[in-house]
Amino acid sequence: MTDQSRWIVGVDVGGTFTDVFFLDLETGRYETAKAPSVPADQSQGFLAGIRMQLDDFADIATIVHGTTVGTNSLLERDGAKTGIIATRGFRDVLEMRRRDRPQTWGLWGQFEPVVPRDMRLEVDERTLADGDVRTPVDLDEVMAAALQLREKGAESICIAFINSYANDANERAALDAVRAVWPNEHVDASSQILPEIREFERISTATLNAYLRPKVGHYLERLETLLREGGFGGQVLIVQSNGGLVSLDHAKQVPVRTALSGPAAGVIAAEHIAASAEIENIITCDMGGTSFDVSLIANGSSALAAQTEIDFGLVVRTPMIEITTIGAGGGSIASVDRGGLLQVGPESAGSDPGPVCYGLGNRRPTVTDANVVLGRINAERPIGGGRKRLDVEAAKAAILAEVGSPLGLDLMAAADAILRVANANMAGAIRLVSIERGHDPRKFFSMPFGGGGALHACALIRDIGLAGAIVPRFPGINSALGCAMADMRHDFVQTVNGVLGDTDLRALGGRMNGLAQEGREMLEATHVTFDEVACVFAFDMCYQGQTHTVDVPLDALVQGNKIELNETNVRIAYENRYRQAYGRPLIGLPERILNLRVSVIGKRPSFDLSLLAPTGGETDAALGTRTVWAGDDWQKTSVYERLALPVGTIVPGPAILEQSDATIFIEPDMAGTVDRLGNLIIRSDDNAHAD
Amino acid sequence: MTEQTIDPVTLAVLKGRLEQIADEMDATLFRSAFNPIIAEAHDASHGLYDAATGETLVQGKSGLPIFVGVMSFAVKAVIDKVARDGGLRDGDVYIFNDPYDGGTHLSDFKLVRPYFRDGTVFCYLASVGHWHDVGGNVPGNYNPVATESFQEGMLIPPVKLFEAGTLRQDIVDIVMANSRLPGSLYGDLNGQINALGLGERRLDALLDEYGDGTVLSALDGLRKRAARLMAASIGELPDGTYSCDDWLDNDGITDDPLKIALDLTVAGERMTLDFSRSADACAGPVNIARSTAVASCYVALKHIFADVPANAGVMEPIEIIIPEGSLLGVGAPKPVGGYTETILRIIDVMFGAMAQAAPNMVNGCAYGTINALSMAGHRKDGRRWVLFSFFGGGHGGHPEGDGLNHGNAPISTATIPPLEILEAAYPVMFTQWALRADSGGPGRHRGGLGAIYEIELLEEQADVFLFGERGKYPPAGVIGGGTGALNRFSFEQDDGSHEPALVSKAGNISIRKGQKVRLETPGGGGYGTAFERDPQAVARDIRLDFVTPQRAAGDYGVAIDGAGQVREAETATLRKAKTT
Repeated sequence: MTDQSRWIVGVDVGGTFTDVFFLDLETGRYETAKAPSVPADQSQGFLAGIRMQLDDFADIATIVHGTTVGTNSLLERDGAKTGIIATRGFRDVLEMRRRDRPQTWGLWGQFEPVVPRDMRLEVDERTLADGDVRTPVDLDEVMAAALQLREKGAESICIAFINSYANDANERAALDAVRAVWPNEHVDASSQILPEIREFERISTATLNAYLRPKVGHYLERLETLLREGGFGGQVLIVQSNGGLVSLDHAKQVPVRTALSGPAAGVIAAEHIAASAEIENIITCDMGGTSFDVSLIANGSSALAAQTEIDFGLVVRTPMIEITTIGAGGGSIASVDRGGLLQVGPESAGSDPGPVCYGLGNRRPTVTDANVVLGRINAERPIGGGRKRLDVEAAKAAILAEVGSPLGLDLMAAADAILRVANANMAGAIRLVSIERGHDPRKFFSMPFGGGGALHACALIRDIGLAGAIVPRFPGINSALGCAMADMRHDFVQTVNGVLGDTDLRALGGRMNGLAQEGREMLEATHVTFDEVACVFAFDMCYQGQTHTVDVPLDALVQGNKIELNETNVRIAYENRYRQAYGRPLIGLPERILNLRVSVIGKRPSFDLSLLAPTGGETDAALGTRTVWAGDDWQKTSVYERLALPVGTIVPGPAILEQSDATIFIEPDMAGTVDRLGNLIIRSDDNAHAD
Repeated sequence: MTEQTIDPVTLAVLKGRLEQIADEMDATLFRSAFNPIIAEAHDASHGLYDAATGETLVQGKSGLPIFVGVMSFAVKAVIDKVARDGGLRDGDVYIFNDPYDGGTHLSDFKLVRPYFRDGTVFCYLASVGHWHDVGGNVPGNYNPVATESFQEGMLIPPVKLFEAGTLRQDIVDIVMANSRLPGSLYGDLNGQINALGLGERRLDALLDEYGDGTVLSALDGLRKRAARLMAASIGELPDGTYSCDDWLDNDGITDDPLKIALDLTVAGERMTLDFSRSADACAGPVNIARSTAVASCYVALKHIFADVPANAGVMEPIEIIIPEGSLLGVGAPKPVGGYTETILRIIDVMFGAMAQAAPNMVNGCAYGTINALSMAGHRKDGRRWVLFSFFGGGHGGHPEGDGLNHGNAPISTATIPPLEILEAAYPVMFTQWALRADSGGPGRHRGGLGAIYEIELLEEQADVFLFGERGKYPPAGVIGGGTGALNRFSFEQDDGSHEPALVSKAGNISIRKGQKVRLETPGGGGYGTAFERDPQAVARDIRLDFVTPQRAAGDYGVAIDGAGQVREAETATLRKAKTT
């Protein structure tokens, strides 16, 4: 790194585009770029995106990367050939799952584990639930198994022993034995990846990690080499699914923690944008081609989910930002079923062939087609580049044939009906993440991002009664922006499985403080500059006999960065959390501490979002008018160049705001205001003076 | 309230809103329940039911499939009770578990709450959940030798749990006094009460927003649509009568098989399901009430016609014939604790009969038994422990591929508890948890594999009970597919290993420390002729030890050499010999 290194660069590689956000730390200058992704080699789109603004990589201090290499590898099942060494009698845990099936109705499910049965070998060893080693591990057998797997072509290996969460001695011994004979570093033990009770979830997570190691490791190494060759001398940080960053070297060890890297970065950006705009409660709405991703930020923070299923049976249990996905995107197909009911999605035309108006062969109408026919998307200026214009006539014909005729509706009514049903589906997802978790959606703003999200923002305000919507200044590169903003983070979990009254809380507190120290040392080793390092402590607890736990924050028990536990303060923390989650606590029943959780967060210097604010009304934002269908008629609608609108502008609906990567539709009886940061705040007229 | 005609778009929107209410009620109970049968296995369900008939209006998507059909009978039982005795008030909640009126078995407690608008009942909200222990002779209530329901647990007729919003603690005291695990029961009961309260609040908001008339006409519209969809689906099948017979091993009392026979007739857009040739009511607990039988037909139809929605309209074009005195239509006090086995068999004969009418819409039979295993004893400090769980097996081969290995029963969406959770909670150690080779029925698309579970006792003594089936009559294949392997249960005692006299059912087996019980569950039936299976797929099955080489030659007519390669010439000879 030299004196000239002053840029921080966020790079989000998505399925279609690689988005890049550049920020000059010294001058506050920023740039954005969008390059086509190269699925076969993500590093190509990555470098092309950076080169759109910077030729000399020596100018870059830090690169932060959200990647989908891991996710894609899982979805396409093209990870490494992996072997498993299991406890005798238990090689099939991965394939037997939790005895489930993909759909409630219909019995045609299929499942192929990422490690086939002939690559799963068993050895003598057994640990009991209380941690006693009943049978010590036979290391000769372990080495023989490793060599046999190697002969069968395994590139990576996972050691998967029963009850290793309670005592990892056998797994650690086996790990050392395998490492002694294994030709590379791609060896994992389940308790090292996730020392948590529940054998399928632990073994699945650890196996998927081993499965991803070679591919993700190779990609990250190649990326680093190419960057160094371009003169780059700074840090590369990778976004994890929990929204926190780790060093590139660490990400190579635990690639499974990056499974939802990109979407997590988008939520991080939303968190910062909302905080800067002084809005506490946000529901992020990321609308892509096939899906609609919703995430809730309450009182300024997003929530973490403990696990996710990438595909049927592919369970990853590591903390990740809670994102709810439904099949409702621009490419979602509208159809009338045999019972005469209009349905939109989950079937999707995706981006290829995409909507009918793309002219790539799809004949079934989509949400985007309805938006085009209703005049909300400019057919002459499609977003994202590539296509010159959209085929409006084809979209009209498809809507009339597939929806209008079967329901007895004319063209415009049919197009409007598609949007109403699509909006209702999206509203359902928002209700699910808010109401079901005890939040009142009327206190929330939606934050649409992705190219099409802001077309539906007003409808969702109306349907759900949201307080309003906040459209960020660059909705199309939100994840890249989030990369530049995210903090570093290491999460630890360990199973305790003890009754509160019988647990040595002093020892437990010592263990947690030890993990916090380990996390701090990991942060220090990266040489990244932090404003502050924070530790977050929590338990997973339940009443004895329950199987679902609640997360119990222990912030109140921390003094001077160290946690001090006693029976009374833990009980109070648990009862408060239980009351919040389910109502009345069940006083007198014994409480169980299932897991301890420690997170260490290195807060990076935050950057001031006012850097992105409009600088003044130097160009005319008005682009004229066109007619847009709104309510039940065509209405003369003003069209604006969104980025040219100065701070403080109030845009009454109906209006269309265009920018290169997104389109915003403001309905009649609503208005948008450009806030001091350049966000567009939309509210209904009844609500205009709400705050 | 006047019904209005409803536009198709509002109908689509309200469909989602109504389903969400039921889904949210499901989720509330799953998260807060105490017993793993509800929390992990999702053995519960919630929905909205017609004010006059009790018919299902809307039901949650995540609840137990079998309850989708049966809950309307439970609500009807309350409606009948009110018609007899009167006294229905806003804020009342009825509780009961009478299986003859409300379906299934004693473990399933139903809570039914009238939902009032402007002084009249708009609809009913109901919640059903499987409680961990409701008394009776056997912990966990799967008593394989019951001859009267009194041996299976307490029976509570529809009584008021809440009277105009006030909890009747005496009722809670009565049910708690009748359970071995009153704490668990109390937690589940509270979860169900909370779910109903949440349903009421959500429905209030929806009706305030859309108006009662609009929602009422949406409910009517959804029902008509379901009926239309079902009729159209039946209309596409060729007319005719299709028959299928299958058997239960025994009733747990005497070792005689019990026939479950279906004659399915398609005539235009109507379907008749005639079970007249089935066995008469038996002494043991595999009888079912008529309501349970109807519900299981519904589950089978939903598996075959997956796009048909979950409301009463589905059953409009369908007539079900179950004669007086049948095993499939008993009254009190005939034991019904093992109802799961019988309804699984009804689903199997539905697939078998439908295979003749629509071979591309069905699959081989699934493993067909829930294998309710309970192990119970006392710890050194005297505390009682009860391990109770259901076990998995293979699904049938189907038009798109091989059956799923180790799936859950078609009547449920239950997941199995992790063995580490079981080992942490009970003094047992699993010594095997594996797929079972050669258990999938041969077929062009092979049946999925069943499992082997082997458990060693770590405490001094335990009593073991098993309630299973398919010990003598294996899961059938369809369109020429072969049968899955039989269910097999064995246990060690001081004098060696034993199998139960009644094959799949066993009660009061005492085992000691270090002794094991072993359950080998059936795979699914095959789909299509096994000799048409791609020899390379058979070679792969051998490599993965899903199929042994011996069985490959006999079942599939495929010869494999020492390196795992297909011997082409020998295979051709084997296959030719079989077809001529």
